[in-house]
Amino acid sequence: MAKKLPETPLLDQLESGPWPSFVTGLKRLAESEDKPYAGMMKDLLGQLEHSYETRKGFWKGGTVGVRGYGGGVIPRFSEVANKYPESSEFHTLRVMPPAGMHYDTETLRKMCDIWEEHGSGLIAFHGQSGDIMFQGATTEGVQNAFDALNDIGFDLGGAGAAVRTSMSCVGSARCEQSCFNEQKAHRMIINSLLDDMHRPSLPYKFKFKFSGCANDCVNASHRSDFAVLGTWRDDMKVDQEEVKKYVADRGRKEINDQVVNMCPTRALSLNDDDTLDVDNKSCVRCMHCINVMTKALSPGDDKGITILLGGKRTLKIGDLMGSVIVPFMKLETEEDFERLVELAGECIEFFAENALDHERVGEMVERIGLINFLDGVGLEVDPNMVSHPRTSCYVRMDDWDAEAEKWAQRKSSAAE
Amino acid sequence: MSEAKEKPRMPIESGVPDPMPLMHPVMRENFGHWKWHDRPLVGVLRHVAESGDEIWTIKAGTQRQMDVYTIRNLCDIADEFADGHVRFTARSNIEYMVSDESKVAPLIEKLESEGFPVGGTGNSISMISHTQGWLHCDIPGTDASGVVKSLMDEIYHDFKHEEMPNRVKITTSCCQINCGGQGDIAINVQHTKPPVIDHDLVSNVCERPSVVARCPVAAIRPAMVNGKPSLEVDEKKCMCCGACYPPCPPMQINDPEHSKLAIWVGGKHSSTRSKPTFHKLVISGLPNNAPRWPEVAEIVKDILNAYKENARPWERMSEWIDRIGWPRFFELTSLPFTKYHIDDWRGARASLNQSSHVHF
Repeated sequence: MAKKLPETPLLDQLESGPWPSFVTGLKRLAESEDKPYAGMMKDLLGQLEHSYETRKGFWKGGTVGVRGYGGGVIPRFSEVANKYPESSEFHTLRVMPPAGMHYDTETLRKMCDIWEEHGSGLIAFHGQSGDIMFQGATTEGVQNAFDALNDIGFDLGGAGAAVRTSMSCVGSARCEQSCFNEQKAHRMIINSLLDDMHRPSLPYKFKFKFSGCANDCVNASHRSDFAVLGTWRDDMKVDQEEVKKYVADRGRKEINDQVVNMCPTRALSLNDDDTLDVDNKSCVRCMHCINVMTKALSPGDDKGITILLGGKRTLKIGDLMGSVIVPFMKLETEEDFERLVELAGECIEFFAENALDHERVGEMVERIGLINFLDGVGLEVDPNMVSHPRTSCYVRMDDWDAEAEKWAQRKSSAAE
Repeated sequence: MSEAKEKPRMPIESGVPDPMPLMHPVMRENFGHWKWHDRPLVGVLRHVAESGDEIWTIKAGTQRQMDVYTIRNLCDIADEFADGHVRFTARSNIEYMVSDESKVAPLIEKLESEGFPVGGTGNSISMISHTQGWLHCDIPGTDASGVVKSLMDEIYHDFKHEEMPNRVKITTSCCQINCGGQGDIAINVQHTKPPVIDHDLVSNVCERPSVVARCPVAAIRPAMVNGKPSLEVDEKKCMCCGACYPPCPPMQINDPEHSKLAIWVGGKHSSTRSKPTFHKLVISGLPNNAPRWPEVAEIVKDILNAYKENARPWERMSEWIDRIGWPRFFELTSLPFTKYHIDDWRGARASLNQSSHVHF
């Protein structure tokens, strides 16, 4: 006789309402009596209901992995396995998605088939770092599931003190605001650091994220240690005829209120003939006006990237936003991409050698100062790296003249 | 032969898969050559390429934690209406792309009839980004999927309509590590009692020096307890963050009664208009009231209503509050302002009002 579905009066309350219910999905799996995971999912539902009753979690970590790798699997053993024995092992495989998270249905169906055979039938698209999370394998199932997923072209992502799985926005694939090939940068950097992903040996985690413009759709600025954001350095493109149409359609007040006056650097002005005046030297490429007037305004042609370093959440010293380490860099030719990969490698290497145990790169920079980091990876100072220059006079400046001379030389070589 | 059989399979270290073969052909063909876009309907984007090609994107909400039946159902819809291609957004919405405008309406109808709400574009409230919670995390103070499901039920209208001043991004996190990240509204666990230590287990389970090092306020020190090497917490110093719990599970931080929920507002990741901002505490002490967290939902809705009624077009939550000032925010939302709202962590002085600018 088939094992009974557990009573779940609390979880049942999450089946009503208009939003798709994960509980209904869990029950479908638990009631798939012809599938190997039905019993496991019944016990999983039982344990989850137990958490809802007691308001406590009952998973603990451990050591589970696949041959050849030191990370990428999140082991979960139940602390209440005596009550829910079939879900006593419920490990997750973190699997890297295609850059930009594009899929065809053939691939998704293959993933479903593999996870029906070797796992629980429960998959999350996607986790906070971007992984496809195949949730719920026994220790034995982990290797088999990985082998099958690996055979269809997928690889494990990062976990622990490692380079983590990355994310890139839809970017060039569909968005006219994209300023670089996000997917190429994403793949080139991560694929050059797979050893640091699969064999965790860094001081702590290190995340890369790639957004094609300042709208930052994958939250790179705060949620990655190394954020690559698209930008441009020539003039923004303005189709004045389209501007006039927007003004005619929406009225001057709306364009002034919602576009001109919302420019953070006061770089816009509406002319008397309803064309738009742009002070490109003041513009910081924030994207607002382009977002509102998509048909009239667009990024310039001389595109590239800005790199921010050090974003992270609370632990341990508090939240940090990434801050600029490269104000602008071209990213078009193969050499440009190779230079980016090289810089990413240098940052990882400096991090590996200088960060303390369990210290993120932003915390390391906080501790040692940005200048020591820039020196370490061979980047030059730039006023775009600060909100404002120092306010404290407590600093030694013995070699001021030499530093000022460096700046003069950089300016004259840039002018050549 | 038998030797080959015994040789274990080693991983093919293939890295990030190439999206090009998986991408909708119209996107592949116009890669890097898009011209402009608009939003003809809520949940629908139209992108026009330099070549004149057009592609319509239909965005729908999912439960993120999906069973294979749901995924196959989404695939069936893609095969029937969208040339067999989909993509996912960073907030777990699914996107279908079609190159033929006549397919848009039937696709929307099909998605809605299968229970996948179409929306989440423009100035709507998109899917709440969430973490693992009781379903799979080893340190959760609450659930994630359940909080999100119950809140999305409550704000369903605003997923399907673009009636907000600007987009609203909501996040949840089930511990103070806050994997959910910054949000216009963030709902996060806030512990209020120091860890309860099982001294019998500490020396076997925990690497004590690294637990000591993990504490942000140096409140943990090695100690002999009942003749066993263990750790003790200076409860006057401890601010109950739970950072010691992941490396040392015998230091239980979660408490069914005293692990509360807090709501923070004004986080923003983008550099659009204003620079990115961290979210700020507005209320704590809310009960961890599974399965539907009604106390949290009520306050989230109050905040959303105040924002919807009072913010100007395109102001994100943080930009709106920046204009009206915090006194007005607390007035409009009827939330209490307490001593706990005044920061005392490193850098706190920058959050004080160092001017004579006062709101009346």
